[in-house]
Amino acid sequence: MSNKFVRITDISKDTPQLAHVDNADLMPLPIDVEEPAWGEISEATREDFACILDDTAILPIPKPKTPAEQKAFVEKFLSGMEKLFTAENNWTFLAQLVTTMDHCAKCNTCSQACHIYEASGENEMYRPTYRTEVFRRIYKKHIKGEMWSDWRNGKIDLTWQAVARLGELAYRCNLCRRCAQTCPIGADNGLVAREIRKIFSQEMGITTPELHKNGSMLQLKSGSSTNMNSLVVKDNMEFIDEDISEITGYEYETPWDVEGAEILLIHNAGEILAWPDNVGAFGIILEAAKKAGIIRSWTLSSDLAAYDSINYGVFYDDVQYARTALLHANAAKKLNVDKIVLGECGHAHKALTVIADRVLPQELLTPRESCFPLLREIVMSGKIDFDPSRNDFPVTIHDPCNVTRLMGIIKPQRDIVKKLCPQFREMVPHGVHNYCCGGGSGFAIMTRNNIPDWRHKVAGRKKLTQILDAFGDCRGPETPKYVCAPCSNCKGQIRDIFDRYEMKEKESLIYSGLVELIVNAMTEVKEGFIKWEDEF
Amino acid sequence: MSIVAYLVAYTAIVVFLGAVFARIMAYKRLPQHVRWELYPVAHEAKRAEWGGGYLEEVDWWKKKREVSLFGEMKVMIPEILLLKGVWEHNKSLWWVSFPFHFGLYVLAGFAGLLIFGAILHAAGISMFPGAGGTAGLMIAVTSIVGPVGFVLCAVGALGLGLRRLTNIELRNYSSVGHYFNLALFLVTVSVALYTWRTVDPEFHTMRGFVYSLLTFKFIKFESSLFATQMILIFVLLAYIPLTHMSHFFMKYFLWHDIRWGDEPNIDNPETNRRIGEALGQPVSWAAEHIHADGKKNWVEVASYNPMRPDGSEPE
Repeated sequence: MSNKFVRITDISKDTPQLAHVDNADLMPLPIDVEEPAWGEISEATREDFACILDDTAILPIPKPKTPAEQKAFVEKFLSGMEKLFTAENNWTFLAQLVTTMDHCAKCNTCSQACHIYEASGENEMYRPTYRTEVFRRIYKKHIKGEMWSDWRNGKIDLTWQAVARLGELAYRCNLCRRCAQTCPIGADNGLVAREIRKIFSQEMGITTPELHKNGSMLQLKSGSSTNMNSLVVKDNMEFIDEDISEITGYEYETPWDVEGAEILLIHNAGEILAWPDNVGAFGIILEAAKKAGIIRSWTLSSDLAAYDSINYGVFYDDVQYARTALLHANAAKKLNVDKIVLGECGHAHKALTVIADRVLPQELLTPRESCFPLLREIVMSGKIDFDPSRNDFPVTIHDPCNVTRLMGIIKPQRDIVKKLCPQFREMVPHGVHNYCCGGGSGFAIMTRNNIPDWRHKVAGRKKLTQILDAFGDCRGPETPKYVCAPCSNCKGQIRDIFDRYEMKEKESLIYSGLVELIVNAMTEVKEGFIKWEDEF
Repeated sequence: MSIVAYLVAYTAIVVFLGAVFARIMAYKRLPQHVRWELYPVAHEAKRAEWGGGYLEEVDWWKKKREVSLFGEMKVMIPEILLLKGVWEHNKSLWWVSFPFHFGLYVLAGFAGLLIFGAILHAAGISMFPGAGGTAGLMIAVTSIVGPVGFVLCAVGALGLGLRRLTNIELRNYSSVGHYFNLALFLVTVSVALYTWRTVDPEFHTMRGFVYSLLTFKFIKFESSLFATQMILIFVLLAYIPLTHMSHFFMKYFLWHDIRWGDEPNIDNPETNRRIGEALGQPVSWAAEHIHADGKKNWVEVASYNPMRPDGSEPE
């Protein structure tokens, strides 16, 4: 049975679960599908970790079992919260955080903007203001020490359950900041989710293994969250170069560690393993651009972490973020390149282009730009021939939040698909007002417990609806359709929701990036770069 | 009672200005924050139409940035005056939030008219009932604007209060403080309306009160209702910037400095000085992977690789 409405004060109660998301309450999908029940969380996991929020468990919070452990758990959280509001420990986000704490009018105007809240059937715990309100009440009462805080700000009991649920709730947000876009005052509930994640990581040492141990820490250790060191990545790239050259008939070789190159291209290394066509397509386009005189030269770097643009710290930890950004910046400095260009990875765009702008010292600020304006310049240059009829199938674009809403890069990718794809159509809404794919902020790489259940049927529900609606005129398996999702994280999520809802079989839907469409239309390349048959 | 009203008024003006100043200074004293802009950014000239920004350009750092003040005004004016965002995203609330906020803007205009009238009076232009010319027009306009503002504000405050009470979703997020604030507005403007109807229909006494405040030539007024009205108005004035309602001026920073704060760090010595200052601060986060001790600064902590403490490269 669903219990969609929960009070703010319910978060503190000693109950097995704060709320349940019932399949019957989920936002309807435009396909006929019966949602399976939530997957079980093992007894062992329930025994060891605090699985007390909803039907899944993302942040592995060790369950404090004795009263002493529970007290220490709460105190540790408070200690982190106190640091979060100091200039020394949180200079990066203090201004944004304090203003959100102090000026929210609690009007709930942001609620309808949240795809998770909407898709869940408006379950109260997922309302963007719910976690913020709990956090604010704790802050005002226990950190700021406001007089008559219960009266002024509302009551909250600081139990270990409230802290654990708050930590979990920080991982029920894609950090897409669509809610913040609608706030009449300028408050940012997406930011609050990220700040709570920081307390758990930076103070309490509680993180998700995908983002931390197997993510940012592995990147610092081996150079990539894929665990590829520089030798392995070079081997893999060499194989991709040969393979793609053979398939396309376009000979090229990825250049490595070219000092003084114009462009240092940094891919999300996940592409190399999961979507090698993407890195191959980049290789072909940049080589063609070089031959056409559009760019002077390009290179990849084999320095630690410099061949993997991911920076998971941007999702949960400022220190881990800074460490990775520093490695990227140092590699560019070492090669003395003119600029860094980010491949098709949304969060890497935001991390290195925008946030690093006020984190790195001036001497490390090699100019950074998105691949999309460069790709537009190449496609629009008139120096490379394209045949749009090769892309004559229905295409829509999914906008990665980090690239569009958070960086304002909207038009370049549209100019390209409008030129190369005769059957392009937009999702509604799109561009700066897009919806997240549901895999944002790291969820796309999480498969533990029954996490996929949550990210598919709740977080990804709105995106699937949007995609199907965009192809409303050609539904069914007869017409192959292409979702251009120029971001590794988004692709991972879209791949998974397509699998879950059998979209390949039922709708002939495939997904891939933007560069694949570009190469598919290049006349210098053999026809059929996009291999529909491989997808079905 | 008159003396109390004057004292409260002066105190309230000092508290109001002091609180506004303190809030702004507290914000200005915060360390340099990272960029956290959110598009559409209104000053992005033409690109704002589709929500784009200067990062859509190749080699954007070599190009002149176009910043459009007109673009900002085009967004901010309907946002502030008409609560456009609430209209678009929370229409049912707009019907009560708009009259409340617009009523306050009208009352701010009303206060401006009273001050202007008092200045004219101090300049020797009679502002007594029956005056003609500019003075007469001022009196007439003031007599209309005041009640309109009071009524709009009362309707809005009542509507907002009822909505918070009756809508379970809003009630969940409402504290006693919310209801107190709205009740204070409602009582104040209701008393003001009653005073206007019964004691001061052309706001002659109120203008005299403002004149006294400006010139320090205090006059005693007979009506305790009028005194109560002025005390309530000034208590409310002092109270607003002490609460979350300070968003009426802090919104400037939330929008201009954070949401639209897309200024790139190019040849900006002041930004770099502030970043340097921030990076030099000690870190005391306790998680093991941070490797902080409360002494090492951000540069030292961020330069440290916990997985390769000796700085070695992977085999």
